[in-house]
Amino acid sequence: MPGPRPANEVVVLTAEQMPRTITRIAHEILEKNPGDAKLAVVGIHTRGAFLAVRIHKLLGEVGGRQYDKGDLDISFYRDDVAARGAVGVIPHTPHPVVKDTDLPFDIDGATVVLVDDVLYTGRTIRAAVDALFDYGRPAAVQLAVLVDRGHRELPIRPDYVGKNLPTAPKERISVRLEECDGKDEVVLVRSKEG
Amino acid sequence: MPKRDLISMEDLSRADVELLLDTAESFLPVLERDIKKVPTLRGRTVVNLFWEASTRTSSSFDLAAKRLSADTLALKAGGSAVEKGETLKDTAITLSAYSPDIIVMRHPSAGACQTLSANTEASVINAGDGKHQHPTQCLLDLFSLRQNLGRDLDGLKVFIIGDVLHSRVARSDIMGFKMLGMEVTLVGPPTMMPRGIEAMGVTVEYDLANLKDADVIYVLGIQKERAHSGADFLPSLREYSRLWGVSRARLRPGQRVMHPGPIDRGVEIAADVADDDENLIAHQVFSGLAVRMAILYRTIVGYSDGTASGEVV
Repeated sequence: MPGPRPANEVVVLTAEQMPRTITRIAHEILEKNPGDAKLAVVGIHTRGAFLAVRIHKLLGEVGGRQYDKGDLDISFYRDDVAARGAVGVIPHTPHPVVKDTDLPFDIDGATVVLVDDVLYTGRTIRAAVDALFDYGRPAAVQLAVLVDRGHRELPIRPDYVGKNLPTAPKERISVRLEECDGKDEVVLVRSKEG
Repeated sequence: MPKRDLISMEDLSRADVELLLDTAESFLPVLERDIKKVPTLRGRTVVNLFWEASTRTSSSFDLAAKRLSADTLALKAGGSAVEKGETLKDTAITLSAYSPDIIVMRHPSAGACQTLSANTEASVINAGDGKHQHPTQCLLDLFSLRQNLGRDLDGLKVFIIGDVLHSRVARSDIMGFKMLGMEVTLVGPPTMMPRGIEAMGVTVEYDLANLKDADVIYVLGIQKERAHSGADFLPSLREYSRLWGVSRARLRPGQRVMHPGPIDRGVEIAADVADDDENLIAHQVFSGLAVRMAILYRTIVGYSDGTASGEVV
């Protein structure tokens, strides 16, 4: 049995709201790209990849045909590796085991919808776009995120947002998914020091 | 973060080794695509110091650094100030002026990498020091084994055959193979078997009678100068080949042959065995690139493992 919810956690998307939010994103993607023959969904590891699977399934159901799908690991494109003493690096993000990048379709000329869980500084997306272009030249790249928490450090904006959530830099957004965390929810975690 | 050297297999825990092998695996797709390069180590400098001849190790380290977008600088003993008598310490101080992040070194003397490390802020990676260690060879051997025989190497029986006494590859491989649970048997002439090597947890044999028990046969190169008169290690290369040479007749189907190179056909390994598609020798060379990319990468970003939280930069 899971214990009671920690006092510093606030649920911002519940298990009931999550599917609705993701479904809305899928509809918006189809509305924005009517009849696009080369529409592809690419998730960013780890949780973006799981979200991409869900969105891809919904696109197939709503659009009535199969779209391309892939996932991307951006470890080798992070900007906090190359620069010594990089600033703006969140200390609790170590360099985990690199997962496979899998893009089983022709990137050239495709409209790629990148999917990630949280949009924050924009550095992950910058890295993902760089990575994508090493595989080919997409016709367009769009961005879908479950939560936009603000505090951008780069000129990047999402095309599809599940929930806009103004946050303080000290707060954390934790996206939990059935596939890897056993349940669906998005919580805001206030730092314990206040 | 303090600098991290890789001088001996003793510098790595089992978890480190597995992380390196997993990281190497993740570089394989990069090596297969059109743009075989990632920007990971952009702006970093890797110096390759090779005080001894090398084809595979030096070329794969150089290419590995380039595939990671690092700048590389190669120095060889011939043609450098070493010929004028510059000491290793002074070479280290000189190179430090360029603020390298990593220095990869091969050196004829055991322990040279420690000396280098004490005189530079760069991380030092041992590409072979005397008869001491060759950890990156061991890691690529483990990678080839894992890619060809499955991830779990536990209980696999490996015979290491040849001049164990003079072999840094053997010393690193024994440690790495044991670390991943393999059973190691050493075979070779008594003159080439280090006294007391059983203390490393290996079985020692002096002939190939039990070779059929091996899953993997690791053949070490025999340097011609060992058979010269005065060296007293071998009566002749022909004698060695007759008693310890790995030939088709001595193998049973399914056994995988490995060799760190360079091979000497007809001495330690018969030509038909060396050319057989079943052996892992070409795969070992192939592994060198991905494994050395992983070593350079982990040396810079660190080995500490962790799962990604819901939030990344």
